[in-house]
Amino acid sequence: MRVLMPDTLEEAYGMLAAEPLTPVAGGTDLLAHWPGNHDARKRAYLDLSGVSGLRFMHWGDEALTLGGLTTYSDVIWDSRVVEEFPLLADAGGQVGSIQIQARGTWAGNIANGSPAADGVPVLMAYDAVVVLGSEEGDQEVLLADFYLGYKKMRLRAHQLIRAIRLPRREYDFQRFVKVGARNAQAITKIGVALTRSEERWRVVVNSMAPTVRRCPALEAMLDEDRPVSGPEDLLTAIREDLAPIDDIRSTAAYREKTLARVLYFDLKGVCPSFA
Amino acid sequence: MERREGISKLLGRELYIDDVPMDRGLWGATVRSPSPRGRIREVRFSPDVNWDEFVVVDHRDIPGENHVWLIESDQPVLAADSVRHVHEPVVLLAHHSREMVHRAVRSVEVIVDPAPPVLDFRLPPGADGIQHGTDNVFSHIVIRKGDVDAALADAPVVIEGTYETGAQEHVYLENQGMVAWIDGDVVVVKGSLQCPYYVHAALTHGLGRAEDRVRVIQSPTGGGFGGKEEYPSVLALHVALLALKAGAPVKMIYDRPEDMAATTKRHPAWIRHRTGVDLDGRLLAQAVEVVFDGGAYVTLSPVVLSRGLIHAGGPYACDNVRIDGRAVLTNSVPFGAFRGFGAPQTIFAVERQMDKIAEELGMDPVELRRMNLIREGQSTATGQIIRDGADRLEVLDRALDLSAYREKQEEHARFNAAHEDLRRGVGLSTYFHGAGFTGGGEVHLSSVAKVEARPDGRIEVLTSNIEMGQGTLTIFTQIASESLGLEPDDVVIAEADTFRVPNSGPTVASRTVMVVGRLIEKACADLVAKLGDSDLRGPDLKQAIVDWYRKHSGGVLDGAARYEPPPGTSWDEDSYRGDAYGAFAWGACVVEVEVDLRTLGTRVLDVVAVQEVGKVLNELLARGQIQGGVVQAIGWALMEECVWSDGAMVNNQLTNYMIPTSDDVPPIRVDFLEAPYAHGTGGAKGIGELPVDGPAPAVAAAIEAATGTHPRVIPVTPERLMELYDGA
Amino acid sequence: MAHDAREDTVHVEFTLNGKVVSVEAQPADRLLDTIRYGLALPGTKEGCGEGECGSCTVLLDGLPANSCLVPTYQVRGRTVETVESLSEEDVAPLLRTGATQCGACTPGVVMTATWIRRHPEVLEAQGIRALMAGNLCRCTGYDGIVEGVEALVARETGG
Repeated sequence: MRVLMPDTLEEAYGMLAAEPLTPVAGGTDLLAHWPGNHDARKRAYLDLSGVSGLRFMHWGDEALTLGGLTTYSDVIWDSRVVEEFPLLADAGGQVGSIQIQARGTWAGNIANGSPAADGVPVLMAYDAVVVLGSEEGDQEVLLADFYLGYKKMRLRAHQLIRAIRLPRREYDFQRFVKVGARNAQAITKIGVALTRSEERWRVVVNSMAPTVRRCPALEAMLDEDRPVSGPEDLLTAIREDLAPIDDIRSTAAYREKTLARVLYFDLKGVCPSFA
Repeated sequence: MERREGISKLLGRELYIDDVPMDRGLWGATVRSPSPRGRIREVRFSPDVNWDEFVVVDHRDIPGENHVWLIESDQPVLAADSVRHVHEPVVLLAHHSREMVHRAVRSVEVIVDPAPPVLDFRLPPGADGIQHGTDNVFSHIVIRKGDVDAALADAPVVIEGTYETGAQEHVYLENQGMVAWIDGDVVVVKGSLQCPYYVHAALTHGLGRAEDRVRVIQSPTGGGFGGKEEYPSVLALHVALLALKAGAPVKMIYDRPEDMAATTKRHPAWIRHRTGVDLDGRLLAQAVEVVFDGGAYVTLSPVVLSRGLIHAGGPYACDNVRIDGRAVLTNSVPFGAFRGFGAPQTIFAVERQMDKIAEELGMDPVELRRMNLIREGQSTATGQIIRDGADRLEVLDRALDLSAYREKQEEHARFNAAHEDLRRGVGLSTYFHGAGFTGGGEVHLSSVAKVEARPDGRIEVLTSNIEMGQGTLTIFTQIASESLGLEPDDVVIAEADTFRVPNSGPTVASRTVMVVGRLIEKACADLVAKLGDSDLRGPDLKQAIVDWYRKHSGGVLDGAARYEPPPGTSWDEDSYRGDAYGAFAWGACVVEVEVDLRTLGTRVLDVVAVQEVGKVLNELLARGQIQGGVVQAIGWALMEECVWSDGAMVNNQLTNYMIPTSDDVPPIRVDFLEAPYAHGTGGAKGIGELPVDGPAPAVAAAIEAATGTHPRVIPVTPERLMELYDGA
Repeated sequence: MAHDAREDTVHVEFTLNGKVVSVEAQPADRLLDTIRYGLALPGTKEGCGEGECGSCTVLLDGLPANSCLVPTYQVRGRTVETVESLSEEDVAPLLRTGATQCGACTPGVVMTATWIRRHPEVLEAQGIRALMAGNLCRCTGYDGIVEGVEALVARETGG
């Protein structure tokens, strides 16, 4: 095993350009069952924890920008974020325990590419933009366009997630619902982030497809105020948007039905078209 | 009295087995079967590893008998020709480097010619599945009272119900671990365990050594719950075999995935009730069939079945009872002891059946129980007449009062009408638990406890009963100090080392306080009597001890006591009739839940557990036992589910096998009633297991009240409840 | 200076329980193992090895972290506190409420409790049960722990 430990972003970019390296931030995904993970222990890593200036929250007129090393805790305990982007605090507070929240980073959650990532749906529902840095300069990708397939993403080997930018907008509805096997720190069976700004809905779901993804069919139903008289009226759109599976944590049938019920009950008082 | 080793634990100073550095020792690891059943064709060692660096042990290295000493001699220490379950141990490795040895495990391939496995214990095995006797039945026990068939035929109403409970993993926070070394001609094994003399017996048989050439020492044990009752014998044999071959100390510490995959769990159960009742709800006949999944080897299944069956009728009076139970083989990792020992499964079934009877008769489940709870002078299924002065109706009423059961029902009706997506409900269970070994078990064990005075006047208590969190060190200190009028600091509890302590039996079956505590009281009296004045106590006693040692240079002043059954008790093992236990503790539990109709997830809002336990010796410890047991049972009822593939657990990590967190349970409200038991220490009956019996059926009943569904299978996961709810 | 740790060791200097210590760590070492085996402080326990049970909780720059998920090289220049840094007085309230039984989860519980005691303001946003959810306990049913944290905080705030 090799670990490179840059002190600056420039050094990090140079190291990444020179050879294939796996970036490490908080280490909370990488080190699980580490002593037995002999394959992972053969690889080479780029440790970002010592890179200065990567852990920040910057409030601009147009956007809030989170640094590549900004942790869940940084966000959860920040009253300004809680006020303006409450879903970040909701979701961040449900990523594992406070021990995980103190170490895990938003960028790491995006880059790990897990379909069950708890931090990603809310970022996507806020139309987050991922800022990918490299020696060639920054490239910006809408998070909603970032994932290509299971653990596949628009992140080239020489690039790092340098920052995450969240446009500042007025939201008249925002909610994050996580369904796990228990109340606290469970891996998600179904997660959904919902926002509405200027009459446009975002519906983002995790754990029900190979990637976290926006749900265009559901968003269209909501944008167009199509009538919904019960949870079952949402199933066609759910099946169009998502592809849940049976696994050791739940079943496809449960996931579909539960998502439909959560959407129905939580939007009933919000959408006039829901009876 | 506060927990004796509490400060040491709170400051991280208690040294568990993995906390003690080894001097020039090796790390051991286990190569396991990949297959649930078949003949071992070959064990292939990869040429990429320099095996000269390793100590390698297989079945040919076993000096004694290749089986783990227990009830039957069927479980090999290391598989020789064939395997019966995934993860069955085949080869052991040791190396100086922990990392190297674990990496090397992957370089040994066990190649098995597969045979068809038996994986569903509820189905009769096919001819090609028979692996034990003629029918794969490890144990078949029938309890008979009265004439069930006639009573069922005559009963105005007969109600049937079938119930199932799943496996449960112990999740003691300290994984299994042991160290072995050779001291002269003695093999010493030290580790995390509940029963030093079980391990000792297993080592003498498996290693073919005399009793005085095997020494077992318990290290501080980070939770057991039954999981460290029989399994440590397997691990002890493995680590000792490696140490013998290496001629050096060897340590084996399981990591969590190995511990969860390869060690025992609570027996899954299938239980069918046919109950005859009259129109008022009085029980006329109980016919109960029970099947437990024993897994691949007999291990403790016959005794778990026995306790399960004795409790299968519930704490109710019924003149005609037949309880017919079997523990059967499957090609699964063997199931084993787990707090409650079969009783939580059968009590879940009988309590759910009581609710079903109430519903079908249109009765209140409380009144149905009130009518049928055993009264003084009535008898249990085995014909044991209960005359213990405990008021079982008071236990029930106290639970109803404390929980505001009736008020909650009214409040829930209003709440449920006002909410579209939330439903609340309240459920009840009444239950009992026999303390100590079943029937003649305690007589057979013939436990001995000793106390020894030290020249400075302090007293040392010597037993083989261990601390694993339940409070043995504290309670034994309390018992000895109160017996002798000494300060707690004047009492020393000896390390459970088979070279020093007598065999006072295993630390199981809610027997430590009730049975062994009483022996300590008697041993204390025996010691004092040797001083010529049985009334000596406190400072006078201390002085008398000091004086005795001045006069008897080189002598040892001690006291001992051997178990004697309470007078007037009798048990017939063949007919399963008589006094199954010296005493029963009694309980009632009320659980309030809220079900989210969006997710069908259940949240427990309130729990009240009331129990009659003879006498509470230490309020703080007793309360902690009840609260911890209740939360384990809530986990079993709602979320703890083993996912199986080929008879092995595949969700064998704590992110995928869920136990309750602090945020999943409310405060557990506990209350005690006391009707002292004449033959228990200070009047105490056993309480360790009782709290696990009641909550699961109460949770299911509460879900039923909330949703109108009828949960008959636990865990009631959201997935399972959604099927019930949508089908309803 | 950027560091390139190959198969060789990383020099890691950090503050442990108030004292500056330095270790030569392998790149793959976990902080948990460095503390337990390298620095011979076995109070911190391993329960699951995947950041789920919290038995290995230490305070890293004052915040609770699972030491099984922290690469040792990442604590260069940082502050680590383990259960060994505490005194009998620090934990006495937890004894009186029955917060420990078997003791295996206890050091982690105590460290999270210590963080809450030092930052009682976190209780304005979340309850003790939510904050302690990263410390699994199989013995107590949690009441003894929750009451113990309440008692610790009450002592600190004079409440």
